[in-house]
Amino acid sequence: MSDTHAEPTRLAEAVVRFCGDSGDGMQLAGGQFADTSAIYGNDFATFPDFPAEIRAPRGTTFGVSGFQIHFSDHDIFTPGDAVQTLVAMNPAGFKTNIDDVESGGTVIVDEDEFTSTGLTKCGYPKDYNPLDDDAVIQKYRIIKVPISRLTRESLATSDLGAKAIDRCRNMYALGIVYWLYDRPLEPTIRFLERTFSERKKQPEIADLNIRALKAGYYFGETAELWQQRHRVVAAPQQAGTYRRISGNEAVVLGFVTAAHKAGKSLTYASYPITPASDIIHGLSRLKQFGVRTFQAEDEIAAVCAAIGASFAGDIGVTGTSGPGLALKGEALGLAVMMELPLVVVDVQRAGPSTGMPTKTEQADLFQAMYGRSGESPCIVLAPCTPSDCFTMAIEAVRLATAHMCPVILLSDAYIANGAEPWRVPDLGDIPSIDVQHPAADENANEFHPYDRINENLARPWAIPGTPGLEHRLGGLEKQAVTGSVSYDPDNHDAMLKLRADKVQRAAKSIPPVEVYGDQSGEMLVLGWGGTYGSLRTAVDQLRACGASVSLAHLRYLHPFPSNLGDVLKRFERVVVPEINLGQLSRVIRAEFLFDAVPINSARGRPLGVEMLVEEIAAIMNSGEVLA
Amino acid sequence: MPLPTYTPKDFATDQDVRWCPGCGDYAVLTAVRKALPKLGHRREDYVFVSGIGCAARFPYYMNTYGLHTIHGRSLAVATGIKLANPELQICVVSGDGDLFSIGGNHTIHAMRRNVDLTVLLLNNRIYGLTKGQYSPTSEQGKVTKSSPMGSPDFPVNPIALAVASGCTLIARTIDVDMKHFDAVYVRAMEHKGTSFVEVYQDCNIFNHKAWFYASQKESKFDATVVVEHGKPLIFGKDRDKGIRLRNGSPEVVTIGHGVSEADLLVHDETDRTLAFVYSQMAHPEFPEPIGVLYAETGKPTYDELVHEQIHAAREQRKGTEAEALQQLLHGAETWTVEQ
Ligand SMILES: Cc1ncc(C[n+]2csc(CCOP(=O)(O)OP(=O)(O)O)c2C)c(N)n1
Ligand code: SF4
Repeated sequence: MSDTHAEPTRLAEAVVRFCGDSGDGMQLAGGQFADTSAIYGNDFATFPDFPAEIRAPRGTTFGVSGFQIHFSDHDIFTPGDAVQTLVAMNPAGFKTNIDDVESGGTVIVDEDEFTSTGLTKCGYPKDYNPLDDDAVIQKYRIIKVPISRLTRESLATSDLGAKAIDRCRNMYALGIVYWLYDRPLEPTIRFLERTFSERKKQPEIADLNIRALKAGYYFGETAELWQQRHRVVAAPQQAGTYRRISGNEAVVLGFVTAAHKAGKSLTYASYPITPASDIIHGLSRLKQFGVRTFQAEDEIAAVCAAIGASFAGDIGVTGTSGPGLALKGEALGLAVMMELPLVVVDVQRAGPSTGMPTKTEQADLFQAMYGRSGESPCIVLAPCTPSDCFTMAIEAVRLATAHMCPVILLSDAYIANGAEPWRVPDLGDIPSIDVQHPAADENANEFHPYDRINENLARPWAIPGTPGLEHRLGGLEKQAVTGSVSYDPDNHDAMLKLRADKVQRAAKSIPPVEVYGDQSGEMLVLGWGGTYGSLRTAVDQLRACGASVSLAHLRYLHPFPSNLGDVLKRFERVVVPEINLGQLSRVIRAEFLFDAVPINSARGRPLGVEMLVEEIAAIMNSGEVLA
Repeated sequence: MPLPTYTPKDFATDQDVRWCPGCGDYAVLTAVRKALPKLGHRREDYVFVSGIGCAARFPYYMNTYGLHTIHGRSLAVATGIKLANPELQICVVSGDGDLFSIGGNHTIHAMRRNVDLTVLLLNNRIYGLTKGQYSPTSEQGKVTKSSPMGSPDFPVNPIALAVASGCTLIARTIDVDMKHFDAVYVRAMEHKGTSFVEVYQDCNIFNHKAWFYASQKESKFDATVVVEHGKPLIFGKDRDKGIRLRNGSPEVVTIGHGVSEADLLVHDETDRTLAFVYSQMAHPEFPEPIGVLYAETGKPTYDELVHEQIHAAREQRKGTEAEALQQLLHGAETWTVEQ
């Protein structure tokens, strides 16, 4: 498409956020912007922000749905702190999102929605309209577009009803932003055709949406509301085939790939809970790979069924979020005692209790490490980005089967829902998972299920149906080797130590933690899980200012990588930023007697880069150096 | 390969059986070991699963595969085993506390799903392992350590609950009646779908004689009625009493006084409404029905349905698993970066 305006100015990166009522299709518009940016070759990161209410009353602040995308011509790691362009489809969206827009940023609003009813509905005082407020006008570039009216006008010739037409407002708005950022329309047109014409057999709907999209684009071109358009060119990327992937999608693909690589079937048992439900949605569509999904009556039944499946020789996996992990605790102890492989994925959300179900937090670390009766060690892993969820899901299966013990995979709402480009791996490049079952032995006098022949102390995984290996497992303490019930005090003490030692030995098969930046120096930022993007960006910014700051990011939390103690010693100070009140920092202090300084912010969102930079810099500049 | 000929000894383990002397669980264990050789499955294909309680020690004493799990969760674990391998023959053995207190939820759901397994409820109307508190089947007013003034709880009715949950084979038997147990247990194990067998079991330590009315020679002929498909409900030492249905409700009648055998209720094990009627017949007002109270055939099992879906999806898959998986990794929309 040609336009008569001057060449767009080049930007290295941009942050755009769409917001509106949860029925306004903001996730779809944002997702399309992300896909288009991806196909165009930008690096990107997204941050969908859902309301907790399913159908809040229209126009209220608690019904606001948002989708942020950060895209760039270089590597980026976060969806960005400050919004450069905000699209607000209604006053409620404006009200709840405007504070995140950078000073001087652009705000496109649907002015048709800023009626007195619309304004009071979201709690603005009577007779107040922020669009007329001088303080607002001076701080932001407010672009008032009658999106509702223009959408209706441009689709007036359609026979479809007003409702169908109004539903295209999101595409109109998207068209405007596409024009502003000089994005191609073709990917979205293709998407609309595929979704509506081909899949849902509703070509009229596809047509309507495409017309709205184009109308919005042409409006940008002709309305002359902007002197300047922007362009963010492609980021240099490694050659290959890429797709957009969210953390939950990556977990699904990771599990099914792991089962394939182990030559086993996957049983995934789960009870729906936000933000983990997408995992059972995804896996239940993969029956062609032998995946059995079990929607259990509760989280306890889910984990128990996964344990049963593991006993019978499947890859038993269960998934949940924090409150569900609490329910699974007792059964996890059983899996520890029976020494069966089991994977539990916990997509963390803000707690305690039901907390903020749609918001992110990383506060289940203590629960994963210690939240069971008795001495009950599990392996604990945490993916650090959406696409890393693929790698770590495979790792979880590998470690669970190799060490015959439960593995807890701590994802979080932010990486689960956020998306980024992912270079599609070649299945052949992924190492296979070597799973051994003892062979039938018709002449066996007695099979010893707790006889450990491996140097990693794993017991043999004999499965029902195998002649000669009949055996019983249970939650009662085991006599070493035979597995018979034993209350012998010395045996119990030895078995506790043995199970702990077994989990520790897993450290031998996990990669050492890498240090990004200088290998030794003044300050080490130590993080874990889904905060990677924020920490990496903050460290880059500090390093760009000449500060001696490095990053070590943990994806293996129990056991820790074997070089972690040495890494810590190479730095004068260590800060541990987390979205909790200081869980990893306490573990580090306890394990290494190291004065790890916590930085904690738990606001239901990813850590802000600006906040991190300020706090780390403040700690660096404060007083004496702790050796 | 032909099936080996098993004897009860083949199903015994070297573990010392540690129930109290005189516990009704012993009789059940002996009867189960005796019954298995008749079933036509290999020993390695049996899995005994239990929760926690005295009764739940059962798997340790069976030389098959077995899991002694956690309190109340045996059916959830068993469901997972069956999902992974529908070929396995699963028997869940647990107490009334295990299956109806802490595990009540799972009991309902396993039954309504019709998971192909057999549940043996060793009902002693008390918590044995935790030393004598009232259980969900204890009678209201029961005096125990945790209910010194009598339990205010009204009991759960296991048979009614099984009927309501859609269980496809429902039976009742008595620990000491080996022959009756054997017949019922073999039926239950052969049944495709969830079969539920309530066993009146004597806990001679904490609730001795609770079922004596149903198990002892002096009283059992009047206190129980053995139901057999197609046969009228006749009971009593002299077989002179029967059950008649009146407006849908059972009634005890004496044969002879204007009532003939032809007037009696004839047991139809395929009649779910009748099964519910049986669940309402309680001592001492009624003799309690013993036998296979309900049997429904033809209802698909959960594990069967799941595996049919897997089979159908596999049939439709294009290419080998590796090819399809590579395709899946690619997803719907990709872009390519050239160098
Ligand atoms: C989570 C949990 N809660 C409580 C217990 C304690 N407990 C063990 S067995 C049992 C009741 C057993 O009664 P029942 O199931 O009737 O079996 P019985 O011992 O009578 O055979 C209880 C309460 C436990 N083991 N686990
Ligand atoms: S306490 Fe009762 S149920 Fe338990 S073993 Fe003793 S007699 Fe049997």
